[in-house]
Amino acid sequence: MAGEDIYGSPEHLAFRAMVRKFVETELAPRAREFDEMGRPDKAIFRRLGEMGLLGIRYDPKYGGGGLDYSYHAVFLEELTRCDNSGVAMGISVQTDMATPALHRFGSEELKEKYLVPAIRGEHVAAIAVTEPGAGSDVAGIKTRAVRDGDHWVINGSKIFITNTANADWLCLLAVTDPDAGYGGFTQIVVPTDTPGFSYRLLDKIGNRGSDTGLLFFDDVRVPVSNTIGDPNRGFQQQMNQFQDERMVPVVTSPVSARHLWELTLAHAQQRVAFGKPLSKMQVNRFKFVEMMIQITAAQEMAHRCIRKMVAGEDVTLDVSMAKVFCANMKQYVATTCVQLFGGSGYIWENPAARAFVDSRLSTIGGGADEVMKEVAAKLLKI
Amino acid sequence: MKILVAIKQVPDTATQVKIGADPRAIDTAGITWIVSPYDEFAVEEALRVKEKRGQGEVVAVSLGPDRVKEALRSCLAMGCDRAIHLNDPAWNGADTLATAKALAAVIKQEAPQLVLSGRQAIDDDMGAVTAQLAELLGWPCAYWIMEEAIDADGKTVRAARQMEGGVEVFDLPLPAILAAQKGLNEPRYPTLKGIMGAKKKEIRDVKAADLGLAAEPAQLSIVGLEAPPPRPPGRVIQGDVPTAVKELVRALREDAKAI
Repeated sequence: MAGEDIYGSPEHLAFRAMVRKFVETELAPRAREFDEMGRPDKAIFRRLGEMGLLGIRYDPKYGGGGLDYSYHAVFLEELTRCDNSGVAMGISVQTDMATPALHRFGSEELKEKYLVPAIRGEHVAAIAVTEPGAGSDVAGIKTRAVRDGDHWVINGSKIFITNTANADWLCLLAVTDPDAGYGGFTQIVVPTDTPGFSYRLLDKIGNRGSDTGLLFFDDVRVPVSNTIGDPNRGFQQQMNQFQDERMVPVVTSPVSARHLWELTLAHAQQRVAFGKPLSKMQVNRFKFVEMMIQITAAQEMAHRCIRKMVAGEDVTLDVSMAKVFCANMKQYVATTCVQLFGGSGYIWENPAARAFVDSRLSTIGGGADEVMKEVAAKLLKI
Repeated sequence: MKILVAIKQVPDTATQVKIGADPRAIDTAGITWIVSPYDEFAVEEALRVKEKRGQGEVVAVSLGPDRVKEALRSCLAMGCDRAIHLNDPAWNGADTLATAKALAAVIKQEAPQLVLSGRQAIDDDMGAVTAQLAELLGWPCAYWIMEEAIDADGKTVRAARQMEGGVEVFDLPLPAILAAQKGLNEPRYPTLKGIMGAKKKEIRDVKAADLGLAAEPAQLSIVGLEAPPPRPPGRVIQGDVPTAVKELVRALREDAKAI
């Protein structure tokens, strides 16, 4: 695989080998168990924390690895081998969606209390932005936090929240000043054991190893000191955090699609129909080549984004376009592989079957295609 | 206590081994190399001895070409303090005795109290180097070790191995050599911190001349490698059930001689 300039050093290779061994010995064998549970075993967060994998690019002051994004990309790529995209999603919510804003903007006290245990894997974090009435249209959220002395009093609800049952705290986005437009949102750390908080799990068609739910806030009181960064810039801080979130499918989709392609090819080389293997029929050979063209292009887009992240450049335009491309590529590869597997591709134990339902989320979650294209259109000054 | 661990870099256990253009060696193209798993038990045990005693030094040693540095680096990432790489064209094609001689020379220089290794490397499965090393050094040696405990004053080690229906326990005066069996421990993963820290640890290159050794031809030379014959294809017995069963029984009895 190309990308040697990004992650070809002996340290990257040793790190990749370590993560692969961990994922293959401790996560993959339990993949279907986590499906049954409908969530990852919380103990795996602790193990990830012990290995230093939950804060690879965070400041060593908080227990992080202090490394650049390339190491984190290696971690995300290898995590796809856990054979359960719901579990991988739960972990990446912790590392890329619920903690980056706290690391970037949080006070020392707040980081000590919530970021340090999250990096150790003692706390599981969730990102609570989407609401029944507002998804990718973030500015439409209604959950309110009203100041009462030294406390925020929170009322409202959130939906489709990953890590709902496992979460110890939420990175919540709430409206604090309805008249201030984009300046009226605040990011707040909300511990899930606070009175007034409750949840209900949702039954998804895919990513079954992940606990996704509906959150309710009924006069939930948290200290004002739980505010992340600037209380008037919650919206902007969250937009910034979304770039990290969108990198996850960009980094992982080419790797998981390639893996599925390999598994499907192995099947097509063995399965004989009308006297020859499926892989020797032109109609299928072309399918494999067409898929690999898309996978390779997606991989190059991912590498471009990773390079920019390592260099600390603004990645918004690239990641917005790459997310659309990678998500659609992943869905196309999954549905094509189901076709190549035939009937067995419609059975849950088949990897193509799971990829088919799991990847359906990819053009919706973390910024729908439509929103990504609007972001890109704006940046391209169209 | 100073502990030396002798390790070997071998192809990953998942490798599909192919015979190379030179039929006396395997084709190494595309192989992922790892520390032989039994040697990993040895590394882990050495680190545990050091941690238990609260002091000491663990030195990893390996003989082989440049790529062996990767294996040594992974030992450093696990926690070994430094490494020695026996890297010299003079050792190309070294047999177990030549390897043992080189290791013995390093051990004489380093003077550790304990030497650990795996009970065999998983590539050629010779399992000879450790015994030859003990012979060359005149040290006591025990193989297939599943437990060990060094006495408080560091004079002897009690080691145990599983026998048919029981456990055999030995006392060995130190310095001694132990060869690890699976079950001795569960090797740790290198942590991220360990991997980054390994960069700063020393890997010393040692040539044959540094040890006062002259190149000598291997006494054991490989004549050739042969792949096992391919398995004959399966056979489907056609026909109605009573006829097919008769044919199956006949085939099992007369062709396969299984019943």
